[in-house]
Amino acid sequence: MDASPLRFLTCGSVDDGKSTLIGRLLYDTKLIMEDQLAALQRDSRKHGTTGDDMDLALLVDGLEAEREQGITIDVAYRFFATPRRSFIVADTPGHEQYTRNMATGASNSDAAVILIDARKGVLTQTRRHSYICSLLGIRHVIVAVNKIDLVDFSGERFHHIVGDYLGFAQALGFTSIATIPVSARFGDNVTQRSGHMCWYDGPTLLEHLETLDVEQALDGKPFRFPVQWVNRPNLDFRGFSGTLVSGSVKPGDRVVVAASGKESKVTRIVTADGDLPEAHAGDAVTLTFADEIDVARGDVIAHADSRPDVVDQFAAHVLWMAEDEMLPGRSYLMRIGTKFVPARITSLKHKVDINTLDHTAAKTLALNEIGLCNLSASTPVAFDPYSDNRATGAFILVDRFTNATAGAGMITFGLRRATNIHRQSVLVDKASRLRMHGHRPAILWFTGLSGSGKSTIASVVERELHARGAHTYMLDGDNVRHGLNRDLGFTDADRVENIRRVGEVAKLFVDAGLLVLCSFISPFRAERRMVRELVDAEEFVEIFVDTPLEECMRRDPKGLYARAKEGKIKNFTGIDSPYEAPENAEIVIDSRQGNAETAAQRILAALAERRIVG
Amino acid sequence: MPLALNLKRLEAESIGIIREVAAEFRNPVMLYSIGKDSGVMLHLAMKAFYPSKPPFPLLHVDTGWKFGDMIRHRDQIVARYGLKLLVHTNAEGVARGINPIASGSQLHTQVMKTEALKQALDKWEFDAAFGGARRDEEKSRAKERVFSFRSAGHVWDPRNQRPELWQLYNTRISKGETIRVFPLSNWTELDIWQYTRAQNIPVVPLYFAAPRRVVKRDGVLIMRDDDRMPLLAGEVEQTLTVRFRSLGCYPLSAAIESTAATLDDIIQEMITSRTSERSGRLIDSDEAASMEKKKREGYF
Repeated sequence: MDASPLRFLTCGSVDDGKSTLIGRLLYDTKLIMEDQLAALQRDSRKHGTTGDDMDLALLVDGLEAEREQGITIDVAYRFFATPRRSFIVADTPGHEQYTRNMATGASNSDAAVILIDARKGVLTQTRRHSYICSLLGIRHVIVAVNKIDLVDFSGERFHHIVGDYLGFAQALGFTSIATIPVSARFGDNVTQRSGHMCWYDGPTLLEHLETLDVEQALDGKPFRFPVQWVNRPNLDFRGFSGTLVSGSVKPGDRVVVAASGKESKVTRIVTADGDLPEAHAGDAVTLTFADEIDVARGDVIAHADSRPDVVDQFAAHVLWMAEDEMLPGRSYLMRIGTKFVPARITSLKHKVDINTLDHTAAKTLALNEIGLCNLSASTPVAFDPYSDNRATGAFILVDRFTNATAGAGMITFGLRRATNIHRQSVLVDKASRLRMHGHRPAILWFTGLSGSGKSTIASVVERELHARGAHTYMLDGDNVRHGLNRDLGFTDADRVENIRRVGEVAKLFVDAGLLVLCSFISPFRAERRMVRELVDAEEFVEIFVDTPLEECMRRDPKGLYARAKEGKIKNFTGIDSPYEAPENAEIVIDSRQGNAETAAQRILAALAERRIVG
Repeated sequence: MPLALNLKRLEAESIGIIREVAAEFRNPVMLYSIGKDSGVMLHLAMKAFYPSKPPFPLLHVDTGWKFGDMIRHRDQIVARYGLKLLVHTNAEGVARGINPIASGSQLHTQVMKTEALKQALDKWEFDAAFGGARRDEEKSRAKERVFSFRSAGHVWDPRNQRPELWQLYNTRISKGETIRVFPLSNWTELDIWQYTRAQNIPVVPLYFAAPRRVVKRDGVLIMRDDDRMPLLAGEVEQTLTVRFRSLGCYPLSAAIESTAATLDDIIQEMITSRTSERSGRLIDSDEAASMEKKKREGYF
């Protein structure tokens, strides 16, 4: 056996017999052992749905909850081998609420077996599964029309379903589509040819899987080597460890670090089994270079004459995987290749209805939804379009507070805006403005509930700063919401965008050398952090005006709480919208202690301590 | 002999995973349980960082009831590779007199393996721990991630695992949280033996058939590795030619009758075998969802 192993996934829903099909493959290839069979017979009587027959599905539903409910919740990986090939099967759930699990299975698969119940034909879910496979870059599908025994092994029925399927799947760009009538429960055409269907003369499912050629000619694609780890055992050796995700490389090849454009020549390909004359896609090696160029984890090495794009803005399909909805403007941690970089979704161009493939306008993505988005990374990243290279075109988005994997993305193209527009270099810089102003620029960010007193305190601070000759500007909800952000409401998505714009304006004022006082409820930590990261670390001072909700409601200077409680104002922070208190604010003001004047004095003292003002 | 293509792919994938941990975590450790899977995992770690040494220590959680041959093998391997080995035993469990014979397999495993492992991870403040578990071993392991998140307290929540796409592992954790990493996730038992043979990886002699003194208890063959295990009424010790497919604490590891005395024999036996590898691990058959339960509590 020296065929490349085949990784494939099975898609289908609870009733299509997906787990039964995998159970059948394991059973017929003798991967089920006697003690497992004994456990299966026990379990079949307890949870089974097949009467006295063994319920093969119970072999693969691993978690207790799954066995109890008779459904597959999570991705399970199964292994079997024939004398010709070894297989890894990702068994994934079919329901719409498990789209993310299916995408997970698809991301590492070369082929997909899509199950259709012969009695039901092509369903909405068949389209959904096919679309997700196509989106995740699977090029080979096998349509298994299952339960053919329940339609009297009818060839007419089978050909009708195949016709329906090919009708819509043409548009999905698969390289090959095989169609096979099977009965997973009784084994027809799974591993053994059926005696009931003389009208079918194609291969069995297993034969087809054994011979499917999925080598996507990864070797023929441009050389890409994401650096994983800098290998430095002593002063005489400096190598870069990683796996070639595509292409091949030889000593003597001229290569570049994609992001910096620094060039060198490969000197050795080091492995524990000796140096290699050439390395190919899939090989884990350590490269050494002729020059002492700057290379770190996260860099992508490529041939000098065939480089990936390097941009900080690009368009991508994003599948949302978190319970918290995706909010344009919020900062996430993007992992692409071996690099982690902060990134924002700047706009959601459209959402894709995964059942009809229609595009609809939307402001956010909920769990399991897919949209085409524009993204902006904080530094340029090297990539290839996902359709050209799955390894260099894919990324995940990590929530910066919970560290959950929140989204998965597939890059479609870089945005020219980022590649061709270069920043205007400046002659008057921050340092020269600093000399003129006599103080450092900074954002003083006041956050707190409505009625906490933040604007009042900010006004006193500004008055005092002004008296000392500082150049200041005040941004608050009132002057911004009436102009710049007139188009925004109070939904979560609009609140994020509101703060993003304020942050960008404040950043420009900081560039201009000013002390910018921003007074915004800004209820979400993620957005305050986003603004913090727009400027240098010492240029952002978070001031938490910590007034308890009961006190704010008692004060209610604008009568807003009263109206919110009557339901006349929706999404009011503290009432029906959350406030996430800062965890590490530079300054915390308890406004029940003293008044606005004493609070302002404390803030001024803190600014002096930080040497922002003299 | 060049590696078969499927083993070459598995090797490269595992090396990638092992390097990823070294690059992303502050203080990783490799659990070394002395068995065949640990042997392959350690061999892969040596290859992953060549010419450097693996930048993490090994940890053995010693229940005090391992086969004598296992401990000897462990010490030889550590000396041969020149690595740092940490050994931890749950002293509190020893003081309470917990042992596999009097306390029963469940309590012994809970206290001397699961609790001991958590103590060790806390003691040295490891943020990532490699384990040699494979997805083909057991049903709940089939759903395990390669980078498997543990909340503070080492709890595994199978209903709330991070989706794992491509090879883009999410290595981010907060203070107190940890990751268990399984570089051998996609290997099968047969792959392990074929790779062991191809790469000449040393294994504990107990895997090879030899005449050994065993006693039949609860329908399985147990080897009396030392005299801490008393014979029960009616039990007789007999010498049979046996070997082990999976090694744990000796009173909890069943031997199989076999004449497979070489790696070639073992592989041939595996291909024709009709029982699964963990069938000899008495701790698995306590209850149907036994492994899932133990894993939730922090077992590897």
